[in-house]
Parts: sequence; structure tokens; C-alpha cells
Amino acid sequence: MRDTAFGLESGPRVIVLRGRTLSVRFRLRTLIACAVFGAALVGLALVALGLGDLPLSVDEVVSAFFGGESGIARTVVVEWRLPRVLAAVIFGAALGVSGAIFQSLTRNPLASPDIIGLTAGSYAGGLVVIIVIGAGAGSATVAGGAILGGLIATALVYLLAYRRGIQGFRLIVVGIGISAMLEALSSYLVLRAKLEVAMMASVWGAGSLNPVGWAQLLPAAVVIAVVFLALGFLGGSLRQLELGDDAAKALGSRVERSRLGLIVCAVALTAVVTAAAGPIAFVALAAPQIALRLTRTAGIALVPSALLGALILLASDVVAQHVLPTVLPVGVVTVVVGGGYLIWLLVHEVRRRS
Amino acid sequence: MLGLGIAVAALVAAILLGVFVGSTPVSLSDVWLALTSPAGSATDLVVLDLRIPRTVAALVVGVGLGVSGALIQGLTRNPLGDPGILGVDAGAALFVAIGVVLGASTPAQYLPFAFAGALVVTALVYVIGSSGRGSADPIRLTLAGVALAAVLTGITTAMMLLDPLTFRVLRGWNAGSFVERGFDVILPALPFVVIGVVIALACARSLNAIALGDDLASSLGTRMVRTRILSVVAITLLAGAATAIAGPIGFVGLMVPHIARWIVGPDQRWIISYSVVIAPTVLLISDVIGRVILWPSDVPVGIITAFVGAPVLIHLVRRAKASAL
Repeated sequence: MRDTAFGLESGPRVIVLRGRTLSVRFRLRTLIACAVFGAALVGLALVALGLGDLPLSVDEVVSAFFGGESGIARTVVVEWRLPRVLAAVIFGAALGVSGAIFQSLTRNPLASPDIIGLTAGSYAGGLVVIIVIGAGAGSATVAGGAILGGLIATALVYLLAYRRGIQGFRLIVVGIGISAMLEALSSYLVLRAKLEVAMMASVWGAGSLNPVGWAQLLPAAVVIAVVFLALGFLGGSLRQLELGDDAAKALGSRVERSRLGLIVCAVALTAVVTAAAGPIAFVALAAPQIALRLTRTAGIALVPSALLGALILLASDVVAQHVLPTVLPVGVVTVVVGGGYLIWLLVHEVRRRS
Repeated sequence: MLGLGIAVAALVAAILLGVFVGSTPVSLSDVWLALTSPAGSATDLVVLDLRIPRTVAALVVGVGLGVSGALIQGLTRNPLGDPGILGVDAGAALFVAIGVVLGASTPAQYLPFAFAGALVVTALVYVIGSSGRGSADPIRLTLAGVALAAVLTGITTAMMLLDPLTFRVLRGWNAGSFVERGFDVILPALPFVVIGVVIALACARSLNAIALGDDLASSLGTRMVRTRILSVVAITLLAGAATAIAGPIGFVGLMVPHIARWIVGPDQRWIISYSVVIAPTVLLISDVIGRVILWPSDVPVGIITAFVGAPVLIHLVRRAKASAL
């Protein structure tokens, strides 16, 4: 009530840091939400590092990092479990940001990489490289193929959906069609491959963090870090583009260039994750939307989406590895959780509209 | 009538192609000999045990998919209606997986589970897609189907990975193919397809009225609830039986009613009749393409129909009036 004077809403509480050349303005609620997400992420990561055939308490995990534990515990935590947990965090953040960019650019919560064909394109591109050229899953050539496939699929969907402008739902249905064709292409490729290659491809195709060790994680993490850095510069124009092209131009944003840069960043993020871990469905769809509802920002924000994406993927991976009787690919868990969320979103959107 | 004659001629040609073309070349006299005086030779076996069951499977599945697609499109006034897109396949697959866990071991025993899955998903998609005021919006129905299919497929995958037996059964079934679908699978499903087509034709007049809008239809004396229930039952029987035989095959139910509508106009009675003839033709030709495109190996027909049908979906949604029917 303190904020409302004379019955007028004075807006959300903000914190402003003023520097000489750069001032930063934070919404208090966003800040607190991000702190909570971050704390939950660290807590869950510590628990996840302790789970497995050699159960360790949080204390033991922490002391393993600082050299307090015996050799075995240290090896298990740092060499075996850490890359996987880090992969879940980094990949989840990348997917969350990728989804946030697409949803923000199209102003449509359903236009995320999974639905508009980007994930299917990356998978098909990676498969072409694995099966035709014969590269191993997770290598740099496969990542290149996945990025190229993702870009081509996204461009194709965008062009086919373009008809006097882009209409959100047309984009989605064209995406479903292109995805179906790309999935058919992928199963055709798996079918004509040699058995061992096909097996490797299907393990990869389920979307799993199982094969991710330090060797696969590091190059992917470097690319993701570079893209995040680039987004640090482009992120501002995202907020301006949300206002519509005309307003963004009036504010001094180079609309076409920023949009292209943002799309390339978003495609790169999803494609790199797909190359390393296979198509992990629906994290990119759900994370920005949940973040939006929890932080109650006006538009989709990148940092909360990243944190929430990381949280969702890490939690899904813990469930996939430890809760069920058999170890499942994490993609199976995210598809059930995220698809369920999509259904809820559909019902909810309808209620709000009618 | 002339159009229907041409369509039937095309179907006969497709059936002949389906019997003759394949990894083992068979001549006309071979087929005749195999049919009239089978001597147990290699070509006899190919014709009697492989080609003919496969062709019959394509016929039955085609009728099921085509007519159920026409019914979905007519009932929901949704030009993007297709049992595959709406997740009926995925529902049937999940219930078959549950059936395997419960101890079903022959294709005839999978059938009731496939029907149950098809029914549950049809009802769910309809409820999700039409929640809120007004009639079901095509795009929302499509999305509800895709989302539901994703969830159900995820659960099915989990069940397959948890249980090796389920994996073995569903791996063969999930490909969407007519390979190794003998009469032991086709015959139990056949009556349901026949009943489904009969119900569909009986509903056709009411569907014509529904095309005018729910209000106008009920003021014209159409019994809306009865028509909806009968249509959903027919969709379940047709799509469930087709999926139980062949596994998931997408886009045939989408394409065929549009081809039919393009030939005969908006009368549902004719659309359904044409779909009965055109759908098996499309499916047989797709299957033949699958046999020759990677000769001598076989590409599952589901892959071919996706390549043919997805562009149709994109074309439909690109048209100016995508939601008009």
C-alpha cells in the first residue's frame, strides 16, 4: 500500500544503481526471484552431486571440492558427477534463453524452438553428419551440422509461414509440418545406417545427458558462454523490439540487424545443446513462461528464464537418473513435464480469453 | 459418378502395383498361379504370405485413416484434422504398452487397448481444444493434439525403456508399416472398420448441417449430442483399428478428405465415400514408393506419408482462409 498514493499505482519497487557512464535499474521482485532460483539451483546441484551408487551427504560433497575427502569421493564428485550436473545447468540455461528470445520476438508463448522446428532441424542436421560423414556424437562437426540444420529449418519455417507478415499460429502449424518431415527424414537416416551407428544415433536422439563428460561439455560451454556474452549487448534491443518495430526504430534500435542477431543467437544455443545432448524437449517452451509468471515482469526476461531453464533441466535429470527404477534419458522426463505444461497453457489461455 | 469411377480405377491400379512391386519381382502369371494353384514355390510364398496381406492391410488401414480424418474435419470444422496430428496414434501406442505390461501378447489382444487409447485421446483432445466458449478452434485443437501426443509418447518411451518386452513389441509397431502384418492382425480389426464406415455414412447428413454452425444445425433439427457421440465412436473405431494394425501413420487422414472435397465439393456423404476409395489408393502408392525408393530395402510407409502430407499441411495453413472449411 505504501506504493499507492492517491489511488495511483506507482509501479513495481525498483533498485537503481547509478554509475558515471552506466546506470542499472532492477525490479525488486525480479531480483528476489532470481536470488531464490539461484539458491535453489545451487542447493539442488549439491544434492545431485551426492546422489548415485556412492551416496554422499551435502557436507561430503562440499569437502570433496576443497580436497577434504578421500581420493574416491573426490574422483566420483569432480570427475564423474560434476560434468553432468554442470551440463544440466548450462544446457538448461541455454535452452531457457533460446526459448525466451523466440517467445519474445514472436510475442507468442508457443513459438519456442521445439514447436517451430528448430530442435527437429538440429537433430536432423546432426544425424546427417553422424551417418553420412561418420563423425562421433558430440564432436565439433556434429555441432556444426546441428547448427546448420537448425538455421535451415528455422529459415524454412519462417519463409513458409510468411504471408503478408508473420502470424503466430501459422508459424506454429508450419513448424509442426516441417518438424514432421524432419522427423521422418531422421528416422529414414537411422534406418539406412549401420546398426552400431543407428544405436548411437537413437541414444542421442532420446535427449540424454548420459554421454556428456568433460570432453563434450567444455566446447559446448565455451560456445554458450560466447553467445551469452553477445546477448549481453543485444539484450537491450530485445526489450525495444517487444514494443513493435516502429517504436523500436523510433527508440534508435536497428530493428532488422538486432532481430537477425538475436535469432542467430537463439538458434545457436538450442543447436549446441542438441549437438551435445540430443533434442531435449520443451525446456525452452516452459522455462520463460514459468519465469514470466513468477517474476511478473512485463515482458520475457532472459536472466530468470536462464535460471529457471537450468533448474528444470537439473531437476528433470535427477528424476530421470534416480527416482525411477531404470535410468531414463532426461528428454523423456522433460517431454512429459513440458508437454503437460503446454496443455495447461492451452487451457489457461482459453479461459483467460473467453 | 464419373469421378468415383476414376477413383475406383486408380484404387484397382494401386492394388495391382501393391501386389506386383517389391524387392522380389513377380510377374502377372506368377500371381495368377499363386492364387489359383499354389505349389509352395518361393514366388507363391511371396505373393500369398507377404504381398497380399500387406495390400489388404493397406486397404483396411487406408479406409480407417481416411474416413476418420474426414469425420474429424467435419465434426470439428477443422481443416487440419488428422488422427496422427491429433495424437490418436500416440494414445493407442501408450495403451498398447500398458496392455503389454498387463500381459497381452497377440495382436488381437492389443486391439481393445488400441481402441481405449484412441477413445481417451479423441475425447481429451476434443475437451482441451474446445474448452472455453464457442466451437473448437482448429489451431488450438492441433496444438492440443501435438502437446498430448508429446506427453503420451514420452510416457510410452519411458515404459519401453523400463520393460524389455514392451520395447520389443512396440519397436516393431511404432515404425508405422505394413510389414509382417498378417491376417491374424487384420481380420480382428476389420469388423470395426466396417462398423465405423457405416456409422460415418449414417452421420454424414448431420455433419452437413453441423458445417453451417452449431446453432443453425440444431435449429434445422440435427441432434447435436447424438451426432457428436456417434462421430467420436466412429473416429475411435476407425483410427483405433488402423493404428492397431499398422502403428502410427500420419497425414493420410489429413490429405485424403481435402482431395475428396476438392473433387466433389462440401457434401460430407460424398466426401466420406470418396475418402473410402482415395485413402487406400494414397496409402498403397506410398507403400509402393517406400518399397522401391531404397530398393531392395523397405522404407516404412509412415515416413513416406509424412514427406507427402506435411507439405499439404503447410499449404493448407498458408491459404488465406485457413480455418474456413
